[in-house]
Order: sequence, then structure tokens, then C-alpha cells
Amino acid sequence: MADPLLEIRDLSVTFDTARGPVHAVKHVSWSVGPGEVLAILGESGSGKSVSSSAVLDLIDMPPGRIDSGEILFEGRNILEMSKAERRRLNGRRIAMIFQDPLSHLNPVWTVGWQVEETMVLHGTPRAEAKAETLRLLAKVGIPDPAAAAEKYPHQFSGGQRQRLMIAMALALKPDVLIADEPTTALDVTVQAQILGLLEELQKETGMALVIITHDLGVVAEIAQRVVVMSKGEIVEAGSAAEVYRNPQHPYTRRLIAAAPGKGEIRAEAEPPAPVLSLQNVSKKYGAFTALHGISYQLGEGETLAIVGESGSGKSTTARLLLRLEEASGGRALYRGRDLFAMPPKELHAMRRDIQMVFQDPTQSLNPRMTVFQLISEGWAIHPGIVEKSRWKARVAELLREVGLSEEHMHRHPHQFSGGQRQRIAIARALALEPRIIVCDEAVSALDVQVQAQVIELLARLRASHGLSYIFIAHDLPVVRDFADRVLVMQGGRIVEQGSVQQIFEAPREAYTRALLAASLDPDPEVQARRRAARKREAGAAPPSAASAPAPSHRSAPASPAARPARCGRRNPAAAPPHPPAPPPPAHRRGRRPGTRSPAAPCRPRRGSAPRSPRSRPSATAPAASA
Amino acid sequence: MQRFLAKRAVSSAVSLILLVIAVFFLSRLTGDPTDLYLPVDASAEARENFRVLHGLDQPLIWQFLDYLRDLVRLDFGDSIRRARPALEVVTEAFAWTLQLALITMAIVSGAAITLGALAAFNLGGIFDRIATFFSLIGASAPDFWVAIVAITVFSVGLGWLPTSGTGTVWHWILPVSVLFIRPFGLILQVVRGSMITALGSPYVKTARAKGAGPRAVIFVHALRNAMLPVLTVIGDQAAALLNGAVVVETIFGFPGVGKLMIDSILQRDFSVVLAAIMVTAFAIFVMNILIDLAYAALDPRIRY
Amino acid sequence: MSDLHPVSGSRRDPGAPGPLLRLLKMLWADKPATCAALFLLLVVLCAVFGPMLLDAVASKQNLRGRNAPPFDLSQPWVMWLGGDQLGRPLLARIVTAASNTMAIATGAVLASMTIGTALGLAAGWSRGRLGQAIPRLADVIMSFPSLLLAVIVLYMLEPSVGNIILVLAITRIPVYLRTARAEVLEVRERMFVQAAIVMGASVPRIVFRHILPVILPTLVTIATLDFAFVMLAESALSFLGIGIQPPEVTWGLMVAQGRPYLTTAWGLSFWPGLAIILTTLSLNLLSNWMRIALDPAQRWRLETGGKKNG
Repeated sequence: MADPLLEIRDLSVTFDTARGPVHAVKHVSWSVGPGEVLAILGESGSGKSVSSSAVLDLIDMPPGRIDSGEILFEGRNILEMSKAERRRLNGRRIAMIFQDPLSHLNPVWTVGWQVEETMVLHGTPRAEAKAETLRLLAKVGIPDPAAAAEKYPHQFSGGQRQRLMIAMALALKPDVLIADEPTTALDVTVQAQILGLLEELQKETGMALVIITHDLGVVAEIAQRVVVMSKGEIVEAGSAAEVYRNPQHPYTRRLIAAAPGKGEIRAEAEPPAPVLSLQNVSKKYGAFTALHGISYQLGEGETLAIVGESGSGKSTTARLLLRLEEASGGRALYRGRDLFAMPPKELHAMRRDIQMVFQDPTQSLNPRMTVFQLISEGWAIHPGIVEKSRWKARVAELLREVGLSEEHMHRHPHQFSGGQRQRIAIARALALEPRIIVCDEAVSALDVQVQAQVIELLARLRASHGLSYIFIAHDLPVVRDFADRVLVMQGGRIVEQGSVQQIFEAPREAYTRALLAASLDPDPEVQARRRAARKREAGAAPPSAASAPAPSHRSAPASPAARPARCGRRNPAAAPPHPPAPPPPAHRRGRRPGTRSPAAPCRPRRGSAPRSPRSRPSATAPAASA
Repeated sequence: MQRFLAKRAVSSAVSLILLVIAVFFLSRLTGDPTDLYLPVDASAEARENFRVLHGLDQPLIWQFLDYLRDLVRLDFGDSIRRARPALEVVTEAFAWTLQLALITMAIVSGAAITLGALAAFNLGGIFDRIATFFSLIGASAPDFWVAIVAITVFSVGLGWLPTSGTGTVWHWILPVSVLFIRPFGLILQVVRGSMITALGSPYVKTARAKGAGPRAVIFVHALRNAMLPVLTVIGDQAAALLNGAVVVETIFGFPGVGKLMIDSILQRDFSVVLAAIMVTAFAIFVMNILIDLAYAALDPRIRY
Repeated sequence: MSDLHPVSGSRRDPGAPGPLLRLLKMLWADKPATCAALFLLLVVLCAVFGPMLLDAVASKQNLRGRNAPPFDLSQPWVMWLGGDQLGRPLLARIVTAASNTMAIATGAVLASMTIGTALGLAAGWSRGRLGQAIPRLADVIMSFPSLLLAVIVLYMLEPSVGNIILVLAITRIPVYLRTARAEVLEVRERMFVQAAIVMGASVPRIVFRHILPVILPTLVTIATLDFAFVMLAESALSFLGIGIQPPEVTWGLMVAQGRPYLTTAWGLSFWPGLAIILTTLSLNLLSNWMRIALDPAQRWRLETGGKKNG
């Protein structure tokens, strides 16, 4: 390795919060050389993005402060430079792109202006910057750059916005590019394209690339070296392949073990008697059709996974089933009765039987109620399930059942971690003794290890209570060792349905294969093989093909009704018709049944929330910026 | 765009009609103008003549329908007190009020936005504390009290400024300064709060990562985003001024629509009251549309 | 990182102070707000006990004390701010006038907040015609000149404290109505409301158990600010002669009554005006503090004791 271009030595950053100082990073050291790709891997709260924020002087001081260490850029300690001097480095020599490009792009200026600004700030004449901007937009694969430059961020899709951020960051050919969770809120197929683009640009310019991520798959796909962080400290560092094959630290081992999609596939059983049957269900929002008459059945005690990317209509089916929205057509038969045509009284009684666990437990639990109130509320609504005198005992029982303890009863949701909150939400659903639980992205906001634990809990409850699940997820590996049957949706239609075994091992449809291919495997070797395969297949195409826009983006929604990044915001009315995602070259060769799936955890939809300590200082204030 | 304007016009028309009905009937409840205009010992015949002359002998509902019919032709009737068309009296007064409101709001907005933005950037610093303190005092000050204290000090005590009238620039200084105080305090508070949010937002982080300095961050990146809630308050304050700054106009003897309105109410000059309400309501309707257009100009995500 | 262990940092230990003590601590962290709260406490004490203790003194005319200058410490303490045009001690009159001033503002704020919030909840929840009609009502009230309303009420009914409350309450309803409606529109889309629907919760349960507690802090903060506004509005009405009528007295009326004597005895208008400005300033400061203290995302500013006022 050449001399490091950017080196962090013994850096410690502390944030002063309501509950005393929080040591966001402690004595952290890492470095990156020209042409190198370094990944910083960590879960939420690990402090993984604090050190790079320090590089760019983005930490608000106070409440933050740097306790020790130095940051060397080309051998000079930038912490000793003046503010103005550091500003001259930012954007010109060191650039950064962020997760959730929608909120990181200024909503009120055109994207062309924003790309230009990087250059104008560092002295390029405006006219020259304008011309260069068009070239950059074309380079990152934005179709029709001249028109695109005049548009605003909300008029682009999530993947295109990230391309715009990249164009902005690369305008002055920086020596170091720091990418903070650059693909986290994106669909898997788009994620693959963005990572491809980053890699290509990095090779071309020879810049150093630092990728901050929670996803082993991203590390496997792009990084040469990796630094693993936990609780503000570096627990392990080394080459990506070495760390994966031979993890030294127990934390790293646990992290790798928790990656989903590697367990046993559930044995195929005889199809059970259906409890719920949807027939030709459709939903329209004005001119936009979210569901094109879909039909499926859920068997007694069965777990049906519904998988699809944003705009596929997978959550809409759940909302229709629970009568959170009214269907435009079709029937949903539950015990022979049509859910969509039930009179209010019957509907009220039916609510007991079908419960739901939402994506984000922080939002689905009323912040002003105690755990006891949250869980027992259903009994006040449906008298006769549990006598009032037994409420306390029953809540305690339910809490123990989901792995919490009795004394948690009088606390409020904000006093729990994300995984615990989801357990409370599950206990609340169980309180009504339902027969079906709909899990809408119930684990996608959780860290990988917690995700694995919650899925384990759901599996245990399935066995002990005879529950049926509809398990909605956006990527395939999560459902692989949990579901009985999988239903793949795209653009409001069912693309394919079948047993887990069939979907994962013999997918019939190109789209299913594309989804599987786009998922990233935590194993760098598997990823390397798959990259090679991809290149072979794309071999005939011109070299710039990889950076060309994928079909899904060519027909970008230019609709003014902005679709927010796919981060749990549910406003289908505002969603423009989502263009069909592209089936990238199918290349699922050499897959033997029973080997691990080439798919990896992808956990989007994490915070699109403001992350600076100033705007969101609650609970684990500064650690949240990790 | 046109559909938006049409929709706004219809909904405002509905509100205006409801307003006319409410004002017309409620104001008649305050008593018969005859009693006020004629001497106590006026003969029954004289009373009757007066009532017939002004249509007051008709049943109330007929009076209302007559009124509506005239209204459609933009005829608001005559001012009983001034014996001139009510609309003419009102537009004359409104012209003064409009000038006063425009001058005041222009100064207030400029000052409050600049100082509020700087205070937010300097969060917790000396400048922020001073600006916050003065804006709070401004927002708390009763304008009639400030007005009479100002007259006592600057006009009576020091003799620098005239007490009332509209003749010269000097006449405008006191009313504008007194009207300045409260909106300034309120708007500065909103600017500051909104700017704090904007400065903590992710796109400002991006700007800083690009190497933008404080001036670009405040005035280019944050301010435009922070302006939407500010526009709302500016609109509310401007509406209050357009409705006539009654107290200040009364104290400074300023011939605006607020003073006209209170005088007419006390004199039961219904035609003028109704005309004044309609004119100011229309002005506020136009201003609200301008504010909506300004929203769209500032934020490309808003389209009508 | 296992999710089975409670997050120690954000857990309240059992020995932690109760909510009231915690609130007082947060108040103490903001010194201007503490002063404001103490001053308001003093005003409330004056309003409650003033008339009882000082009514006789405050209404006793004393021709030798007419327009007596302030700060004459040889006089009894009630005369320290001077005497009014009839020689009545100003300080005593300000203390007794606090009663009417506060009663009117309190009544108007409580009434408009209750009615406005109820209408706002209905408007925000109902997707039907009701949801369309109620905001229109707010528009009409907003464009109805409050002066005219005051005059109408004064002519129809007599200008009593109760009727002034009525006038002011009606004019302030839109503030709460609009805020409550906007908040409901936002909160109703939140996941915990959806979760309640899925459980089968009735509409009143959702509105009063789930939505109202969430929006209440915002409304209380606005009410504090509005209290100041209502005080100013009442004093303006009284100043114009269409509010409280003598012999009842409020601070605004005292300012008006002192106006003819401005050149000879400035104190007659100045002191009650100062009382108004200090009270409204205190309310503004307190409202600013509440905005932070009641917002879980901002509260830390007061708890760290570092930077104040956000």
C-alpha cells in the first residue's frame, strides 16, 4: 500500500448529552490510500460515521468535542487548520455522499445549480461550471442532462438522486470520496447499479473510497479492506475476505452468523386448508392502479411471504386486508365471509382475528402510553377476552412470552431499544389472540442481529399458537428460512408464487431471478464470482454500459407529486406509477441446491430521519449519527 | 394554476357571503339608526320619513335582499352620515391604510428576516440573546400604550415629531414605528425558529461538505427553505394591518379604514361598515393569493 | 448487540425524580423563564387576593393625593407609584385591576381553547362535509372584525366581564381550531393510530386517547402565547371604550383613563401599561420555555443545563 492519503489516528469524539457525555468514538484509527476502497462496518449506534464527519468538519461543537487524535490528509493534521482552510478541502479534495439523498439535496434549488455550486464555491467560473455539470450528469447516467439540470430533487427517483449526489461530489475530482450508507434506502436492484457506478468511477479516477455501511453484502461487493466498529471502538480490521473467512472478534462472528438466508429451508408440507383467500383484489388511486386484481390464499398455520420492491403493491394488500383502506374491487374471504363487505359490527369482531405488526415500532406504539396500557388496550376494546382483574397477570405473561420481563410493564416505549419495542408490538398483537398476524416489513428497520432474534421469536410463536403469518418484506434472504410460501410482486401484479424451495432454487420468472441476483452475499468470494459472471455477460456491451441508466430509471417519474425515498412513508396516492424494475442479465449459473443463497441482508428504510445531534438529540443523541 | 385560482375564488366568495349575512343581521341587532340620527324629540312623522328614505321601514329580510341586489352591482349604498357613496368613502380611507401597511410590512419583513437568520446562526451567542430579548419585548408591547408614550416623549416632550396627520414624511414616522414593533417581534421569533430547523437539516450538511461558507449556508441554502412558515406569519400580520390598525390610527388621527370602521360602527353607518368589511376582506383575499404564489415561487415542490 | 438488555442510557432509574420535580428542574435551567414564572405567580396572587385586601383602599378618593407623583416614599406604600386623577393610590388600583384583567384573559383562553380544540378535532378527523365546513367557519370568524363583534355585544348585552370574555373567546377560536385540525391531520396518519384502528378502537377512543394527548402540549403552548394576545386585545378594546366600562377596571382601561393627564402625570398611563407589558413578556418567555420543555426532541437542551432557549 502506498502512503496513506487520509489517516485517522487515535481519534476520540464525545458528545455532551442530557445523560452525561457519550463517547461516540474512542481511540479510532484507520487510513486509506489512493485507489483503495475501505469499508467501515457497524450497526446503528456503533459510531461508524462519526470519524468521517470529523474529517469534513460536520460535527457540531458543542455538543460534540474532539478529545484526542489527529486527522492527517497528505500528512497534514487538518484539525489544526483554520475553518477557511478546511472549507477549501471540503468538496475539492475530500467529498462526501450521504444516505437518503432526498433530504440531503436542497429541495428548493435545481439539481444543476447544486452540482455547479460545488465548482463555483471553489473558484470555477459559472459558465464553465454549467458546461461541466452537463458532462457530469451524463457521466453518472442521468438521461437528458440538459433537461435534468433544470429539475428539482423531488422530480427524480431514489436511485437517480443518489447518482446526482455522486455527480455533485465528483465535480472537482476529489482525492477521497466518503460514502455514508450510499445505498441503504434503495431497492436491491438499484443498489447494485449504484455500487457498480461507484466502483467504476473510483477505478477511473483513482480516488480513495471510504464506504460506511451496516451491510456485510456491500462490504463483500466493493471493499478491499474493512474496519468493523462496535460501540465506538474498532473491534477488527483487515482485508474484506480475511475478516469474513476468519473473524477474530466475537462481535464480528456474531454479526456474520446473523446474516439471514443461510439456515434450513422449511420442509414442504401438504398445502393446508385456506383461512384467507383473496380473489381478484384491485386498488386504484385516481388514475394510478396500485393493484391489478391479485388473488392468493393463506393456509391455516402457514407463513406466506410477500416480497417486492417499492411500488410493488405489497403493503397495499396488507392495508386493504385490515381495512385501513378500501379496496376498489375483488373479495377477501375469511371463514367464508367477505372482509371487504362486512358491516361495521362484524368488522369489529373480525379485528380480533387479524392483527398487524408494523414496520417501525417507534411509530406504531403510542409514545404517551405505558407498556401495560399498550398491551391491555385491546381488552378494553374487545371485552370478554380477559377479565379486568386478570389484566396485570396476563400482560406479565405476554411480556415473558415475547422475551421481556414483568417489570417492563410500567415503562414507556422510548425507554426500550428498537428490537424490544418490536417485541412489545408483537405482544400487543398476541393479546387479542388472533389467528392471522400481518407483519408489514416488521424486521426491516432493525439491526441484523436483532432482526434474526425477532424472526426467531415469530417462528416460536407460530408453533406455540398455531398462527398464520403474512410476512411482507422487500428482500428475499430475510424470508428464506422463515416462510412456507413466497409470493413475488412487481408493479401491482403477482409475478410468481411458489414454495420457498422453488422460489429460491428454481425461480421461473426473470424478475425473481433479478431480485435474487441483486441481493448481496456477505461472502466476498461469492460476490467476486458473481461480479465476474456479470462482467462476462455484459462483455459484449461497450465499457460505459454499466454507468448507463438502467431501464427503470430512463422513464424516471418526472411527476411533481414527489415520491419520498422508500423509507416507510406510505402515501400511495402520491406515488407515481413505478416503472418496472429491469431484469438484469440472468446469470444464476452454478447454483447447487442447498448451498447458501447468493443473497444477503439488506436493511433499507432505516433513518431518513434527521441525524445531526442538533436536530435529533434524544436518547442516544450523537450515536445516532452513526 | 387557473383551477387553483378559481377554487380559491369560489371558496372565498362563500366565506364573503356568509360574512355579509352575519354582519348585516348582527349589526341591525345593535339598534335602529333612526334613534341615533334624529333628535330624541323628533316627531313620529319625521322618524317615519327617515325610515322610508333609507328603506328601514321594510321587513329586515327585504332590506337584506335589496342590499344584496345592489351589492351585485357594486353599489354599497350611501353613507348616512356623510351623504356620499359608501364605497367611495371606504376606498379613500383604504388607500391610506394600504400605504401604511405596505411601508410597515416592507420594513418589518426586511429587518426581522435578516436579524432572525443571523440570530439562528449565532444560536446561544450574545447577538442571539439580544435579538431574542428585544423581539420578545416587541411581541409583548401593547401598541396603544407605546403610541401614547411615544407621543408624550417625541411630540410633546421633545417636540421632534407631529402628533397626528399625514402631511409629511415626519407624520409617518411615529405610526410606522409603533406598528413596526409587534410584527417585528413575532416575525423575528418565527424566522429564528424556522432557521434553526433549516440549519440543522441534512442539505445544510451537504452544503458544508461541499465547502460552503457561513454566508452561503445561511442566505443561500437555509433561508429559502426556512421562509414558508415565515410567509404565513407575514401574511397574518399584513392582514391585521389591512383590517385597519384601529388603535394606532385612532391615536394618531390617521384617516385609515380602521378609524373609519370604528367611527361608522359607533355612528351606526351600516353602509360604510359593510363596505369597509367587504373591501378589506377582498384585499386580504388578494393578499392571500399573493402569499400562495410566493409559496410556490420559493418551494418548487408546491404546485397548484 | 442483543436487544434483550434494556438500553441503559435511556432508561429512567427507579430513584429518578418525579415528573413535577423534573419540570421544575427544567424551569430552573432557563433563568428568564424562571423569573417569568415567578412574576406570573405574583400577578395571579394579586388577582386572587388583591380585591379582597385592597378594594377599600383602592377606591377611596383623596383629593389631596390627585395625580400625586410616584416614588414619594414618605407616603404609605400603596401610594409609592403615585395617585390617580381622583387621588386613589395607583399601586393598589393596579393590584385590584389585575383581578379583572386576569379573569377576562383566563376565561377567554379557556373557552376558546375548549371550543376551538373540539371543533378542530372534529374537522381533522372527519373526512366528510363536516371536515370541509368547519374550516370555513374559522375563515368567517377570522375576517369578522372583532371590533364590530364587541360593539354588537355591548349594545345587545351589557359590557360586563362575562360578555367581554364572550367576544374575545369567539375571536380566538380559529387559532385553536386551525392548529388542532392541522395536528390531527398529521397525527392521524401516524402508525400508532393505524395500530389502534387495526385493534378495532372506536373513533372517540382514537381521538381522545390517542390523538388528543399527543397534540395537547402544542395547544397548551399556544394558549400561553394567546393569553398574552388576549390581554392585549382586551386592553385595546377597553382603551377604545368598547370594552370594560367604569367603575369596573382593567389595566387597559387605566391606561385610557390616564391619557388626558399624560403631560401632567405620566404615571397614570405608564404604570398600568408597564404591568401589561411585563405580564405579556412573562407569558412569552414561559411559552418559549414550554415549547422546548414539552418537546421530547428538544428537552435535552434544558436538561444539560448548557445552551438555553434552543
